[in-house]
Amino acid sequence: MDLYRAHVLVCGGTGCTSSGSNELIKRFEEQIAKHGLDKEVKVVRTGCFGLCEAGPVVIVYPEGTFYSRIKVEDVDTIVAEHLLKGRIAQHLVYKEKEEHEDAHLSLDDIDFYRDQRRVALRNCGVIDPENIDEYIAFDGYQALAKVLTEMSPEDVINEMIKSGLRGRGGGGFPTGTKWKFAAASKADQKYIICNADEGDPGAFMDRSILEGDPHSVIEAMAIGGYAIGASEGYVYVRAEYPIAVKRLQLAIDQAREYGLLGKNIFGTGFDFDMYIRLGAGAFVCGEETALMRSIEGKRGEPTPKPPFPAVRGLFDKPSNINNVETYANIPQIILKGADWFTSIGTEKSPGTKVFALGGKINNTGLVEVPMGTPLRDIIYKIGGGIPGGKAFKAVQTGGPSGGCIPADLLDTPIEYDTLTAIGSMMGSGGMIVMDEDNCMVDIARFFLDFTVDESCGKCTPCRIGTKRMLEILERITEGKGEEGDIEKLEALATNIKSTALCGLGQTAPNPVLSTLKYFRSEYEAHIKEKRCPAHHCQKLLNYEITDKCRGCTACARVCPVNAITGNVKEMHTIDTTKCIKCGSCMEKCRFGAIVKN
Amino acid sequence: MSDRNEMFEKLAKVIQDHKEQKGALMPVLQEAQNIFGCVSEDVQKVIAEGLGVTLSEVYGVATFYSQFSLQPKGEYVCGVCLGTACYVKGSQAVLDKLCEELEIQPGDTTKDGKFTVQATRCLGACGLAPVMMINDDVFGRLTPAEIPSILEKYKAM
Repeated sequence: MDLYRAHVLVCGGTGCTSSGSNELIKRFEEQIAKHGLDKEVKVVRTGCFGLCEAGPVVIVYPEGTFYSRIKVEDVDTIVAEHLLKGRIAQHLVYKEKEEHEDAHLSLDDIDFYRDQRRVALRNCGVIDPENIDEYIAFDGYQALAKVLTEMSPEDVINEMIKSGLRGRGGGGFPTGTKWKFAAASKADQKYIICNADEGDPGAFMDRSILEGDPHSVIEAMAIGGYAIGASEGYVYVRAEYPIAVKRLQLAIDQAREYGLLGKNIFGTGFDFDMYIRLGAGAFVCGEETALMRSIEGKRGEPTPKPPFPAVRGLFDKPSNINNVETYANIPQIILKGADWFTSIGTEKSPGTKVFALGGKINNTGLVEVPMGTPLRDIIYKIGGGIPGGKAFKAVQTGGPSGGCIPADLLDTPIEYDTLTAIGSMMGSGGMIVMDEDNCMVDIARFFLDFTVDESCGKCTPCRIGTKRMLEILERITEGKGEEGDIEKLEALATNIKSTALCGLGQTAPNPVLSTLKYFRSEYEAHIKEKRCPAHHCQKLLNYEITDKCRGCTACARVCPVNAITGNVKEMHTIDTTKCIKCGSCMEKCRFGAIVKN
Repeated sequence: MSDRNEMFEKLAKVIQDHKEQKGALMPVLQEAQNIFGCVSEDVQKVIAEGLGVTLSEVYGVATFYSQFSLQPKGEYVCGVCLGTACYVKGSQAVLDKLCEELEIQPGDTTKDGKFTVQATRCLGACGLAPVMMINDDVFGRLTPAEIPSILEKYKAM
């Protein structure tokens, strides 16, 4: 094996690839060859480093120098200075704050990483996901070997139950118990399935794991297959994730080649192989019964439970289904033991959880923290707070099934049960921060719009109920809200929650209920005063020209309905009865003279 | 129409390859969409016959999933992400501007067949919000004001 004195790690996650990391890799290889360093320095395309905000990200080892927002032309500098002369290119190094002029930050010095604990993401941004040898060098497939050679299926299940690992897809059902049910079913064929249909908007941890560490999922599925007695596995991935699909397929091929999938694995007589199935853009397929119908090549409509998948699942055979992040934890639990795992996190929710931080926050990206970490730490310490000096308003967790959490609950420790208690849910781990400019009624409308679009239409409460809720919310945001709308929303929400067929419908009203609970005054302002406190809802805005106006006439000329009048060099006025609130005048004004109320 | 004959030959091979597989309909539809750009009725009929299922079953699946399209799409498909992270950072205004510039509604294709506008689900590039994709090109941290100049480049192509 070749030894190198330095490694250049370039992030090849979707975020950094979108901002041009492939061109960086090409340029690094060219420049390194040009300086004759190709025997000394190795360029590695890794999975996601997490700090997408700073992308594209490059880390140079052995120093661990963290370069951020690198452009192709910066590569020449890094190669000529850092790799050739050993001088860190200070001006390209990631800076947390402007005042950190000369800071030489390596990963562990950065606030974003300091309080994180990486279990599921342990290999993401560290290894080359397209090379099985790198995974093996980081203890890869040792857990599978241990399970097959030293443990009985019952031992594996008991270890999983003892670890207390709960489903990271959002439901939080104990994984070991799920495996026990599937193992108890008798059948000639069973299946183990990985749910990688990550549909929650703003959640991309599963994609990052598949892109950055696909073998951890393959290994865990083989372990699960052994535990429940399944010889075949399926991974159901969103078609919107082309990089993840490509790397997972490559990983499966490599594992087959190494005999880690296929017949008689490790000479133990255990057979296991797995296949990828692509989704086709249906959110409801994240629901387990719908997902299995989709793998069968049918419309992805949920079916009533019972029968549970453990009894009758895919192709009518007993099946076990877990989420990507759940699987990514399993090899570590087997290797280090359940006691190690329960030493992290809280009593009821052991381990860590990965969150995708997004929205109005300084450090957008993926973070992994021990369960029980307060929301405030994630948003302010790791996330770096709200940009532009704006005030925090709410954080949305759990996607379309979750809710909005207000500022006074920011000290809530993150666990499955605490989040449910305050009207939200863990969900798959999307965490979208909103500031004072976001209207909470509009956010509720946004999520209902999503659910209405994605409802499969099989059961009436979801198909018609969510549509009625959306219509009411649309009226409210358009200034046509009526007395009694809030009560109607609440009544509909309660009925839908208790009568819908699957998880999608049962949780669809949550965004409305949680915003009603914590931001009721915003609903009331929309309905009673026809006013949007966040100045977001266009139809409720009033544009006004202040005395900063110089009479340049730019606004009057751009107004599509001639609502603005005034003489040259004199203050203009807007006729609010004519104004269609398009905002063109405000965009055009160079003096900041137009305000909206 | 020799092109189309070639496409049907490809489809026949795809059907042959998947015929014995469990749950073959989805992968076959996906490959058919790659070959033809959409899954129109004549394509669905061939798939139904080839896999030995009814046309109604094929149609049911093709219309259930949003990625299958029954009509051809434009040369450039512009997808504006309306995931939560993009939405709170103003992607609706980007989509509105795009529709205004191309004079079409989301889901529609321009008369010249050049552009299709879509509101897409989360693309998972939340760090670049708001995000738009035109075919495989990603545009991040967008403002509505940037839309006309981006479109100009594609119009010229």
